[in-house]
Amino acid sequence: MAKRQLATTSRDNPGVKAWFGQGTPWVWLSGGAVAVSMVMVIGLIMLIAVRGLAHFWPAAVIEFDYVARPGDAPVRVIGELSRSETMTAVAMREAGFMVPEDQELVTRHLIKQGNRDVTGRDFVWYLEDGMSEWRYPRDIVQIERLQWGDFFGYLRSYEVDGVVVAQGDDARAQFEEQLAQTSALVTQIGRIERFDIGNVNFRMERIRLRERGLELTVDLDPSRREAITAQLAAERAALEAEHEVLEAQRQALRQEVGRFAVTVETMGGERVTIRLADIVHAWWPNDMSVAAKLVHYAGEFWKFVSGFPREANTEGGILPAIFGTVLMVLIMSVVVTPFGVLAAIYLREYAKQGPLVRTIRISVNNLAGVPSIVFGVFGLGFFVYFVGGSIDQTFFPEALPSPTFGSPAIIWASLTLALLTLPVVIVSTEEGLARIPSAIREGSLALGATKAETLWRTVVPLAAPGMMTGLILAVARAAGEVAPLMLVGVVKLAPNLPMDSNPPFLHLDRAFMHLGFHIFDVGFQSPNVEAGRPLVYATALILVLIIIVLNITAITIRNHLREKYKSESD
Amino acid sequence: MNDTASSVASSGAAPGALPDGDARRKLRRWRAVKDYFARYSVGTFGVSVIIALGLIFVYLFSEVAPMLRPASMSVENRFPAPGGIDTETSYVTVNRHLELAVRYTTDRRVVFFLPESGEVTHEVDLPLPADAEVTAFTFAEPRTEIVAYGLSDGRALVARHEYNERFSPTGRQYRPAVFYPVADGDDPLTVVDAAGRSIAAIGLQRGAGGVSIAAALDDGTLRLVRFEERTSFMTGEVTVRRIVHDLPGLPQGAQATRILLDITGAHMLVGDDRGFLHYFDIRRPERASLVHSKRVIRGQDAEVTALDYLLGTVAIIVGGSDGSVVQFMLVRDDDNVNQITFIREFRSHAAPVTKIKPEYIRKGFATADERGVVQIHYSTSNRTVARERVGDSPLPVIGFAARANALIAVDDSEQFTYASVRNPHPEVSVGALWGPVWYEGRSQPEFVWQSSSATDEFEPKFSMVPLTLGTVKAAFYAMLFAMPLAILGAIYSAYFMSPKMRGLVKPSIEVMEALPTVILGFLAGLWLAPFVEGHLPAVFSILLLMPLFMIVTAYVWTTALAPLVRRLVPPGWEGAILIPVVLVTGWFCVSLSPFIELWFFNGDMRQWLTDVGITYDQRNALVVGMAMGFAVIPTIYSITEDAVFNVPKHLTQGSLALGATPWQTVTKVVLLTASPGIFSAIMIGFGRAVGETMIVLMATGNSPVMNFNIFEGMRTLSANIAVEIGETAVGGTHYRILFLAALVLFVLTFVLNTAAELVRDRLRKRYSSL
Repeated sequence: MAKRQLATTSRDNPGVKAWFGQGTPWVWLSGGAVAVSMVMVIGLIMLIAVRGLAHFWPAAVIEFDYVARPGDAPVRVIGELSRSETMTAVAMREAGFMVPEDQELVTRHLIKQGNRDVTGRDFVWYLEDGMSEWRYPRDIVQIERLQWGDFFGYLRSYEVDGVVVAQGDDARAQFEEQLAQTSALVTQIGRIERFDIGNVNFRMERIRLRERGLELTVDLDPSRREAITAQLAAERAALEAEHEVLEAQRQALRQEVGRFAVTVETMGGERVTIRLADIVHAWWPNDMSVAAKLVHYAGEFWKFVSGFPREANTEGGILPAIFGTVLMVLIMSVVVTPFGVLAAIYLREYAKQGPLVRTIRISVNNLAGVPSIVFGVFGLGFFVYFVGGSIDQTFFPEALPSPTFGSPAIIWASLTLALLTLPVVIVSTEEGLARIPSAIREGSLALGATKAETLWRTVVPLAAPGMMTGLILAVARAAGEVAPLMLVGVVKLAPNLPMDSNPPFLHLDRAFMHLGFHIFDVGFQSPNVEAGRPLVYATALILVLIIIVLNITAITIRNHLREKYKSESD
Repeated sequence: MNDTASSVASSGAAPGALPDGDARRKLRRWRAVKDYFARYSVGTFGVSVIIALGLIFVYLFSEVAPMLRPASMSVENRFPAPGGIDTETSYVTVNRHLELAVRYTTDRRVVFFLPESGEVTHEVDLPLPADAEVTAFTFAEPRTEIVAYGLSDGRALVARHEYNERFSPTGRQYRPAVFYPVADGDDPLTVVDAAGRSIAAIGLQRGAGGVSIAAALDDGTLRLVRFEERTSFMTGEVTVRRIVHDLPGLPQGAQATRILLDITGAHMLVGDDRGFLHYFDIRRPERASLVHSKRVIRGQDAEVTALDYLLGTVAIIVGGSDGSVVQFMLVRDDDNVNQITFIREFRSHAAPVTKIKPEYIRKGFATADERGVVQIHYSTSNRTVARERVGDSPLPVIGFAARANALIAVDDSEQFTYASVRNPHPEVSVGALWGPVWYEGRSQPEFVWQSSSATDEFEPKFSMVPLTLGTVKAAFYAMLFAMPLAILGAIYSAYFMSPKMRGLVKPSIEVMEALPTVILGFLAGLWLAPFVEGHLPAVFSILLLMPLFMIVTAYVWTTALAPLVRRLVPPGWEGAILIPVVLVTGWFCVSLSPFIELWFFNGDMRQWLTDVGITYDQRNALVVGMAMGFAVIPTIYSITEDAVFNVPKHLTQGSLALGATPWQTVTKVVLLTASPGIFSAIMIGFGRAVGETMIVLMATGNSPVMNFNIFEGMRTLSANIAVEIGETAVGGTHYRILFLAALVLFVLTFVLNTAAELVRDRLRKRYSSL
């Protein structure tokens, strides 16, 4: 184009003033704005990706001797390097470090040294100047525990029933072998606790509710009442027996896994005995080949996406959050698609086009710009308190005063988000309908089809990709939305998934966990932000990936469609 | 269609290839029915969806509306005083379920009765000696439910009633009783003056340390009796120690009429017969002193006829014989000495005020006058919420129910009037929400948002001003960051960028738009905020050096390098060339940051800021500006790009043909034409910034401050809703105020977006006409 030619014809070395006069620097500056934006977007995604992915990599554990202030005896420190920074000596002194007077800049390293139960501090800053050379001893073991986070140390012995059976390398071999078996048993205990006992408890609660319901029904003849009471009592007894069997089974397993232990020496030389039952995983990070590290990486990643959270969400996996997010979005899609599509068809195909419809269209469009928290407030007041409260009064009086539907729940979250994303679907579907050449409609009508037939058999199928785009965008928006969900259904820890093997299988009245809220919760409301930080990045990465994939799909479909109709209408 | 037709044909009886007329007619009718059905069902669905969306506004408004409704008071029943009209009522109150009321009389009885009918259920005789006269009566804070009688023989009786409710299947049962909390052994009476001087006025209060009685004896002596309660650490046993202090007297000639003690045990206020209020500092009773006296009534010959503390014993309400109702408080002056200070005035009565009665759990109170009018006021919002004439005769006594939902007024002929009160939201007024309010314990009127606290006597502070200011502040800094980047970037993309690069940039920006704000907020709070704190000089040097380096690069490129590498990098890729420059500049500034701190800021810029007097929070407006700016950039970018790109080509080509440089064309032709579009982009971006919740929630400290300091945080309307709505009582004032905040956000963004949409629409029409 002509203008582009002009933009760079200034090559014959004009004076600086003339160069400015032409406006070239401003063109470059505006180009710079794009460059800055691109750097920010890509930088941000890279930041999340790098930090999120690095979480699972078995990083090397360093060992060094540290001198806090000159003259002190060196202290041995082992741990994982978390991050480093360079600051001025003044700022460092402010932070409570001893820095020599003549020094101006200081580098410090944050070392994750684990052992929270032993030292109380699992992340500690160390000044570089006090450190000796870093060493990478091969015999450092890193142990992921069920409680108290990671443990770093040197494996000393392996014990069965409190008796030392093996020491040194031998201990390592036996420990690794036994750990595999113990882990299987621990998983089994977990399954019994979560599913079997959970199931019994669920049925127990149902019986309690039926008993309460019986109390509330006034007009029931006494013999019948007695019969039902007896039956409920029998059921309860059966359940209690079942519970006892499970409990006994659990106890036996616990006893079995409780027999094995290892003794590990900490960096301070203290010996700590850890039961194998409390160990999730143990590895020797400085003694692993790349292949072993990759296997470890894959394993950790799998555990992350398929496991349940532990330790106030700062450890373990995010399966409930992924599950909750997906289920919520699915229910939302089921609601929003028919309503959005039909509303769009009505607005575009049936409604008389005039100022009223134009106003409605603008309003619907603008609803997409209304802050999501407003929808959250609406959902809380209308769905949860008003609709949910009424449902409880009518259908679940026996459970009152504890609410069934009258408290935040996945159904209300889905409905609120359906309302929130309705404009997206309507606008996108309308756009899809508008792009269909009128020749197609007229052709169909001319062949004698009724309006309904024209719509359902020609127009709607052609507009389907547009609807698809709308739905995908809606899903992407819903998956990333957090503010309204905090009011209408998301919790930091849901004891039960909203879908399980207990009838009616899909528990719409349950609160759920959500990836976005998980990020907020672990990052900002957890007792140990530093320990949860890598997990937040990993969760954020998964959320970003889901959303980017959804969006790029939508963009691709839309671009493809535009091309298609452009060529058809030509 | 064909399938249906053929299936009908094959099932029909008539031979031939085509269906007969009958079948065809049937089919036509069936199709018409389907068409009709589709038309109406789609119509119903469409309309109902639109109504559902409209419902949001209606619902939010319906939750806010009850706050606008005025309070009401309606007389339920009138009956002669339970327990006999031949004695005077000293005190009356109703329990919180409105099922039992109590009346203290001057002839030493406590009568429990049903408030609806006046039927007496229990009666208790107070152990007052028959040979002494009752000369004074008072009550402590209503929620303590204790009263005191002062006698002519220098003794006093402190009594407390209890309803003793019990739950049974048939309803609540009451076994009311009267206790004497400061009983001395078996004797419920306590000696105030051993010499037997008569008690002229008495004050009573129960605080954390125990019960205190203050009395003015008939010769003008002021005396304080304290019952100090000590709970033993070991046994949990409570021991009471009785201490008597003589206090300095009132100025010569003044006669005490009413004595008020506060719950902290630090202040005593004495009203006298000349309209003065005297403030005594009794923190150390042995060194008590009269600190300040002030005439609290305006008219020269007017008198103070009623005087009482509100809940929490901070605010003092004064009722005068001129009908005025005025609030005073103790406010510290410049020398840190408490002074009795005028705070606000409420709607006056037409006749002298006879009684002031505070509510049990709120900062509201009722006043009664000599012509039988009762008014209900609320302190914080400075409102008189209800006014009702319950009779024509003076009302010497009124009493609130514990939840302030009923009121009993007693007239001078001992006729009881029981009225129900509906007053759910007295805390709200335009002034309380948007104006400066002189809250209890503050030294001047302020804008404060502090919705709840741990104590019962807390005064909720619902000023929307700090929240609105915080919202504007966050949006302002976000726009400051986003506008230059987004608008310049959009102009470049639409006008200078090569199509190939555009194909890469546009999807990236769309991805940027789709990034969940919770992720931006988390990065801002956990990564950016500490980073900015540690590298403050870098942030500002980037701001300066980035454009500079870009221009230098541009100069070098266009004048020296371009002839050499022009073939390699086509025009329209300037942005791409600058990416390494951006990276290098960023890296350079960050590594330079500690040195700048050493050279210019004594080694620590944060400390330097504090020394200069600028507060620095780690999570501040700067961080929010960047994070929210990031979220807003794509919105502004897309709309601006759209507007600039659609400027008719013949305009720009004409300009270029006349010899203008591309940049001149951009500034003089393109921007002018597209300016409405850019304007609407800014409005929509602003709307998004105003409503954004998660970023602000995570990247600020959420403290409702009242300034525009870039290094301090803020609390926005939206974040406030997210933080607080889960903890409010459904249907309460706080709950409805949060709904009001949501409604304000809704309306604000809706109006902004609609205006922007209309502007864009007009622009589109103009483009098509050009």
